[in-house]
Amino acid sequence: MNFWWFLLLSIIKIAVVLVILLTAVAYTVLLERKVVGRIQNRWGPSRVGPFGLLQPLADGLKLFLKEDLLPTAVYKPLYILAPVIALACALTSIAVVPFGADIKFKGVDLFQIANVNIGLLVILAVTSVGVYGIALSGWSSNNKYSLLGALRSSAQLVSYELALGLSLVGVVLRAGSLNLRTIVDVQATHGALSWNIFGGFQIVAFFVYLTAAYAETNRTPFDLPEAESELTAGYHTEYSSMKFAMFFMSEYANMITVSCVATLLFLGGWSSPFGHLFPSFGPVIDAILPVFWFVAKVFFFLFVYIWVRGTLPRFRYDQLMGFGWKVLLPVAIANIVVTSLWLGFTRPL
Amino acid sequence: MQSHPYTWNYLPLLIQVVVAAGLGLAIVGLSWLIGRGRASKAKLDAYECGVPVEGDARGRFSVRFYMVAMLFILFDVEAVFMLPWAVIYRHLPVLTGSRMFGFWEMVVYLGFVVVGIFYVWKKGILDWTNDRGDL
Repeated sequence: MNFWWFLLLSIIKIAVVLVILLTAVAYTVLLERKVVGRIQNRWGPSRVGPFGLLQPLADGLKLFLKEDLLPTAVYKPLYILAPVIALACALTSIAVVPFGADIKFKGVDLFQIANVNIGLLVILAVTSVGVYGIALSGWSSNNKYSLLGALRSSAQLVSYELALGLSLVGVVLRAGSLNLRTIVDVQATHGALSWNIFGGFQIVAFFVYLTAAYAETNRTPFDLPEAESELTAGYHTEYSSMKFAMFFMSEYANMITVSCVATLLFLGGWSSPFGHLFPSFGPVIDAILPVFWFVAKVFFFLFVYIWVRGTLPRFRYDQLMGFGWKVLLPVAIANIVVTSLWLGFTRPL
Repeated sequence: MQSHPYTWNYLPLLIQVVVAAGLGLAIVGLSWLIGRGRASKAKLDAYECGVPVEGDARGRFSVRFYMVAMLFILFDVEAVFMLPWAVIYRHLPVLTGSRMFGFWEMVVYLGFVVVGIFYVWKKGILDWTNDRGDL
């Protein structure tokens, strides 16, 4: 097929996905403020537009107009580069996420930007690079709070990344592939019963993944890096205006990516929970329905994120490190042994 | 069926990286252009909750952060070895002619990893509260 067609369609896909992702980021912030508000028995934003729906727009505009400070003590190149790294990493990993059935338009995937065989590895790699954004921002700020926040954050991220990576091995064992489409296809045979969390017996891995993912995204109850009661704002204390907002955006974009990955790996991706019971509904509905299921599952995970934030208090730092190394890591390793034993006995190819 | 070479699939990924980084730089640039600047000496100081700045942040910090980083490198390399094994695991009975060969191989390997964790654990590196001189 024509190379330029491929390039053009890819660029259009990237533009559409980025616009949707950034809108989703803005409205996840609003959703969080609304839900946390209701959990705390108040309304949340309700003045800007109907139900406060224009609040993200107002916030974005406000942040753009704020004074962009460049403190004298900072190491300027890294201070400016750090938020760019954080945001770029957060926006990149969405490229390998498939969000709908395998439908081609002129030979190009319609619902995935880049269908690579090592999709899962790409996501792990890109999110690892995201640590640099936080570590460099804290160090280059030359502020004690920033440095402590960045150190805590880096140590926390690398610790939980181990458990996170190992919890995914069970899923890869079952699918025999790192391709995210193959991983979903394996789970799509008997509706919800064949999802990895149920039929794959990966429920332990699921909870290890979810816990580690909360730590990876610096979210409550693992938000030690920005524990405002002890570190004012952690690694982004010295940042103002949109540079601050970029850390904010990357945190929420990471939340969305993590929710997408959890959906793909454990909840059957875009497959319907009772899809095997129904034959085809015709080509158009068959294309749209999977996207609906995918978005619904991602939304569920985002809601749980916010729910957890509204409910749980923060860990103490020694508890956090102890939990990651002494609980999650051994559990993840045990899960690999049990899963491979089970698959070895029941499902050799 | 794919009608184009497989390597083309990496091209959109590359474009995505460039676009994402470009977007980040554009936001930084725009914010610098649009944001009103009324900086003063006090504003440009490092933030220490309003009191005058005391020294800078280039001091010493706990060696435990360094230990954790080192442990991460060791164990992450071990974790990475799990992935190729996991991909090929269900083909191993056919490839090796033995039903549980792949399983026992990995149990031996994981055994070493677990011994490593056990050593680190007993050495007290994972206990952030205990303050021992030999750390």
